[in-house]
Amino acid sequence: MVDSRRLREVALTPEEYRVIVEKLRRPPNAVELGMLGVLWSEHCSYKTSKTLLRRLPSTGDAVLQGPGENAGAVEIGSGWAAVFKIESHNHPSAIEPYQGAATGVGGIIRDVIAMGARPIALLDSLRFGPLPASRHHFDGVVAGIGGYGNCIGIPTVGGEVYFDECYANNPIVNAMCVGLVRVDRLMRARAEGTGNSLMLVGADTGRDGIHGASFASVELDESSSERRPAVQVGNPFLEKCLLEACMDLAQTDAVVAVQDLGAAGLTSSVAECAGRVAGAGARVDVSLVPRRARGMTPYDVMLSESQERMLVVVQRGRESEVERIFQTWDLTSAVIGDVTDDGHLTVFDQTQVVARLPIDLLTDGAPPRRLAGIAPEPPPSLRLDSLPPLLDPGESLLRLLASPNLCSRRPIFRRYDHMVGDSTLVAPGGDAALLRIKGTRLGLALTTDCNARYCHLDPNLGAQHAVAEAARNIVATGARPLAVTDCLNLANPDRPEVYWELEETIAGLAQACRALEVPIVSGNVSLYNDSSGTSAIHPTPVVGMIGVIDDYAHRLEVGFKHEGDFVLLVGSSLNDLGGSEYLKVEHGTVAGRPPALDLTREAAVNRLMLAAAKAGQLRSAHDCADGGMLVALAECCLLGGMGVRCPALRPEAPLRLDAAFFGETPGRFIVSVASRAMPELQTLARRHHVEISLLGMAGGDTVEFEGQFRLSLDQIRQAWEGGLSF
Amino acid sequence: MKFGVVVFPGTWSDRDCGWVIDQVVGAQLQYLWHKDADLKGSDCVILPGGFAYGDYLRTGAIARFAPVMQEIGEFADRGGLVWGICNGFQILCEAGLLPGALIRNASLEYRCEWTHLAVERTDLAFTSQCAEREVIRVPISHGEGSYFADPAVLSRLEQSGQVVFRYCDSGGRVVPGANPNGSLHNIAGIVNKRGNVLGMMPHPERCAEPELGGADGLKLFRSVAGGALKVLVS
Repeated sequence: MVDSRRLREVALTPEEYRVIVEKLRRPPNAVELGMLGVLWSEHCSYKTSKTLLRRLPSTGDAVLQGPGENAGAVEIGSGWAAVFKIESHNHPSAIEPYQGAATGVGGIIRDVIAMGARPIALLDSLRFGPLPASRHHFDGVVAGIGGYGNCIGIPTVGGEVYFDECYANNPIVNAMCVGLVRVDRLMRARAEGTGNSLMLVGADTGRDGIHGASFASVELDESSSERRPAVQVGNPFLEKCLLEACMDLAQTDAVVAVQDLGAAGLTSSVAECAGRVAGAGARVDVSLVPRRARGMTPYDVMLSESQERMLVVVQRGRESEVERIFQTWDLTSAVIGDVTDDGHLTVFDQTQVVARLPIDLLTDGAPPRRLAGIAPEPPPSLRLDSLPPLLDPGESLLRLLASPNLCSRRPIFRRYDHMVGDSTLVAPGGDAALLRIKGTRLGLALTTDCNARYCHLDPNLGAQHAVAEAARNIVATGARPLAVTDCLNLANPDRPEVYWELEETIAGLAQACRALEVPIVSGNVSLYNDSSGTSAIHPTPVVGMIGVIDDYAHRLEVGFKHEGDFVLLVGSSLNDLGGSEYLKVEHGTVAGRPPALDLTREAAVNRLMLAAAKAGQLRSAHDCADGGMLVALAECCLLGGMGVRCPALRPEAPLRLDAAFFGETPGRFIVSVASRAMPELQTLARRHHVEISLLGMAGGDTVEFEGQFRLSLDQIRQAWEGGLSF
Repeated sequence: MKFGVVVFPGTWSDRDCGWVIDQVVGAQLQYLWHKDADLKGSDCVILPGGFAYGDYLRTGAIARFAPVMQEIGEFADRGGLVWGICNGFQILCEAGLLPGALIRNASLEYRCEWTHLAVERTDLAFTSQCAEREVIRVPISHGEGSYFADPAVLSRLEQSGQVVFRYCDSGGRVVPGANPNGSLHNIAGIVNKRGNVLGMMPHPERCAEPELGGADGLKLFRSVAGGALKVLVS
């Protein structure tokens, strides 16, 4: 029997060990134990979430590739496929923020490359503890993302940043990459063809990152900083060369498949690649693996998480063609094994067999963990009557705009190259980013969203909100929502209330994605985001969404464009302030439930918006989200460099003034419209059964609600732009 | 007019420059591989943006030794047009084809944003389609774009009118607030004495079509392309 210390080291439970011995009918040797340990880690095996994840919708007309591959893919028109995925790098970023974030970006890029696609955009969804205390995390992560993305020449076009106490020890770093490939050139990482060669390309293999996947599957504790060697170091220059070489590679038919080496390194990439083909196996000779450190054991080689490496399955006899391509880019490539039909991964060290494991035991053998969820105490309810009335909406607006969760993100995104590629039509800072597809009129809209405060108050409803808000952001550019990639960040699921959150989160995602007809084609789950049993994060299901506009000439942006345009609120407001930024900032409380969400209504409002955009009736559009209508209105002014003049807002009872200004009812947009387009828009809105109401008129350099408040654009800008300067 | 766009490992503006030359301007385009000491009969050689060889040591420090750079040096000596953009500017300084150096931004941070440039020379092959003292809007994207030179070099540059672009505000005023990186004298781009080697940190290839937020960069590409036409006609 293996000792328990050794089991803990590879993060396996005694029960799991028993299953292994039973299936193998012998105890595994040390190398095999290590390989099973990483592949059975939560990070690789999804053993806790797997059965729940099956509830997510993943099919649709446009879907070319759903979950199970390196990334998902959907058809977007004109023969193009968009390939995309989001992935977490939370644990490494907590310990070593710069490299953790940088290698997170590097890893997700390789997932997209493996599908044969050229990466065209990156987005990053980030959560930290409040500044300035969490400055170390914040600075390191932002610099790491820029350091990698800027160097490799892929624009970082969007994302989000939130601050909350619950992330103080457990920052969230989710990176999303989007790529383009011709539909008929889409690749899949399947190890087809017995006798075909396995080539390892890119960086040499070192001792870095061993047990990274296992480390990501436990809670952080005092000893976590000793895990620093489990965090890898990124080399964006090498990955840039790897990227270009893989693009050249995709042009030849010498290649059967390309697979990224990420978590669990060679072990997982070979096993996954073979696991996708029934009956396939593989032989790997570790002595053939190019190394950058001396004295590495077979165990080290199989578990190393050295970055910037790819596994390529090559038609037998055509290895030299592949080698030549990599030579052009001064990259190493080596044949390290071949594809077999024995259903086993056999690892050699020259002639000696050092490990032999059934592929399905590696990829699918981890016993699913069936946990029980228990709903925690509901959060404090909110009694609107007990809130003092809103006294000065202007002053509240300034404080909200200056709050770290709502203020301008320019200090961050101006550190990222968001223009390389000559395709960025709508840059960061608005709702969704929009990129053109060169050679067509197509535009691709991209966003990530999640209001984790809502998820904390109600994980099911909160997850629905994340999907609905992402869809609104896409719609606000004039594009129709197409598909989703999700990254579920939660705490330790062994605690019943966290498992309950996981169940509820997935249920909410599934419901909203079905209602809004956006399948989830790829994703990632990151659990154990808590430290030493305390300070668990809010459930944070980040929704990455893409959408398409057929002709980008019809695209919309946030900022007001013309003096004298009518400014309208599309959709109606509920008398609710639950979970709002206003409650947090102005009343120092997080309470109530997230605003009610009617998904049918959302879909109707979105349809109206898209019809109006296509008909050219709208001059600008912005979704009302965190901070409510007035914050959205101020953003339209700030980004357009133009004020707005409105008559006093006198909501009809029971709608309170604070809820009208700062409530976060979904299904609402601020739009500006030329006066002559008003009748048509009104007709269209009636036909879609959506309420629109006139707020005021764009123009001037103040934001004014007559008799209620008046602020200059400069005042507003000062508040908004200074929010992150600590 | 034949443009040659140099590709080092780590270059990323090659495809953007290529797009503008080929698809927007409609001139002839060829890519020049760093290992090939052959300019393939290019009339204008562009050294585009990126991180050649990763720029780990110092920007441009390795790239200057590439086989293609020897050819570019000789080409420049013969009066050929050489245009360094961003990383290309850094490489030209390292290679000694332009004076001075580009150092870390004063903010110590990468900057990707729109800037205004005052065009101070319009008699060059690169700027002939700009108006006198025209203000153009061109984005930057760099971490090490602060132009530096010793006082003697700086005064020589100024006296012989070698400063081509200066960061300015939208009204054309060259003020400290418009300087995104701490460049001495707000310098964004310079030319050699002979006027055939231009280095600039901003990216004209990112603003050659209105849908990308501005098309001022097109003037520079058209200047070069049109200049060759003039030569052909005369």
